[in-house]
Amino acid sequence: MTKLIIILLSAVFINNYVLSRFLGICPFLGVSKKLDSATGMSLAVIFVMLMATAVTWPIQMFLLNPNDLGYLQTIVFILVIAALVQLVEIVLKRYIPSLHKSLGVYLPLITTNCAVLGVTILNIDEGYTFIEAMVNSLGSGLGFFLAMVMFSGVRSTMEGSDIPKSFQGLPITLIAAAITSLSFLGFGGVIENLFA
Amino acid sequence: MNTWKNLTKGFIKENPVLVLVLGTCPTLATSTSVINALGMGAAATIVLLCSNIVISALRNVIPDKVRIPCYIVLIAGFVTAVQMLVKAFAPALDESLGIYLPLIVVNCIILGRAEMFANKNKVFDSAIDGLGMGLGFTFALFLMATIREIVGSGTFCGLEIPVLIDNHISIMTMAPGGFFVFGLLIAFMNKFAKEKPKKKDFGCEGCPQAEACGKTGCSEKTQEVAAND
Repeated sequence: MTKLIIILLSAVFINNYVLSRFLGICPFLGVSKKLDSATGMSLAVIFVMLMATAVTWPIQMFLLNPNDLGYLQTIVFILVIAALVQLVEIVLKRYIPSLHKSLGVYLPLITTNCAVLGVTILNIDEGYTFIEAMVNSLGSGLGFFLAMVMFSGVRSTMEGSDIPKSFQGLPITLIAAAITSLSFLGFGGVIENLFA
Repeated sequence: MNTWKNLTKGFIKENPVLVLVLGTCPTLATSTSVINALGMGAAATIVLLCSNIVISALRNVIPDKVRIPCYIVLIAGFVTAVQMLVKAFAPALDESLGIYLPLIVVNCIILGRAEMFANKNKVFDSAIDGLGMGLGFTFALFLMATIREIVGSGTFCGLEIPVLIDNHISIMTMAPGGFFVFGLLIAFMNKFAKEKPKKKDFGCEGCPQAEACGKTGCSEKTQEVAAND
């Protein structure tokens, strides 16, 4: 149990996908302008990450590994994720239209988001069990959520401030991301010591 | 199209990283040292070159409706090949690039070029375009890695630089330094680039400013690419 908590907390804070592993930067910079779109996007990412892990982990362990097909990992995973997202979108549209309305626009955006492919590959590389892999995916998704929501707050306060012309737009956003990411560095070592 | 112009546009004028802002994830993650940056750049260039050639050759065969999945499969195939080659001949590089090597699949530069250029142009032009864009990507990575390695660890390609080695600012090699240097470089490009390329010409694929620019001028085709970052 302690191990699961450590995995969860370190995925959220220390190895935060966006701010320390640089995965999923594009949606992080693109969709973080408004709070509600940031929330919608992150919820969709959490959802897809969990689904993708639930499907790719068994495929790797029961299909690819026993048949010595480990090298097909990249192709298989990306196809599975792409197909899965399509499927989820169709099912949501048909049966839970309200959820589709709020998450729907973000679903195709994350088909091949590098954070989703990244988490599935890392789960295998780290040698996690199925439960640990699911917890890690949940943590990564929550970490993405945290970073997005925090950063959309940072960006909304930046709006209307007087910024040098060449820094307007993306550059100042990146500098703000640097400072946000600096704050996450402070978590290093905290979680291990918490349970030591 | 002028072949030379086609090759060199990727360096400054349409630099995929610094001007079009595509492929930000590998740029930030692998620019901690010059060796890593060059390795990543070379791997991505090879994939880009091969995928551009094959997609351009197959542009009349692939049905329009399922082109994106087809491109992804082709790109994933090349990435797997490159991954195996790197594992076999440069295991140290494989170790340090780690997860970012398979993630070339979802690098928006590669899918972006396939969609924007290779599926409309002849094989030779596409190959040149792929090479130019790949070299532009490598160049941007090299630039960022040089700054981050010299300031952050006081070395260049692993060679120690006197004075700086004792006064290095290690935060530059960590995550915040990546964002910071990238922000400064783009600001620099904004200041000195003479003519700004119109974003619309390249679509909004993977464009972090798509939300900010507020234009819905991108056609459906380009929105689909944006969907695939």
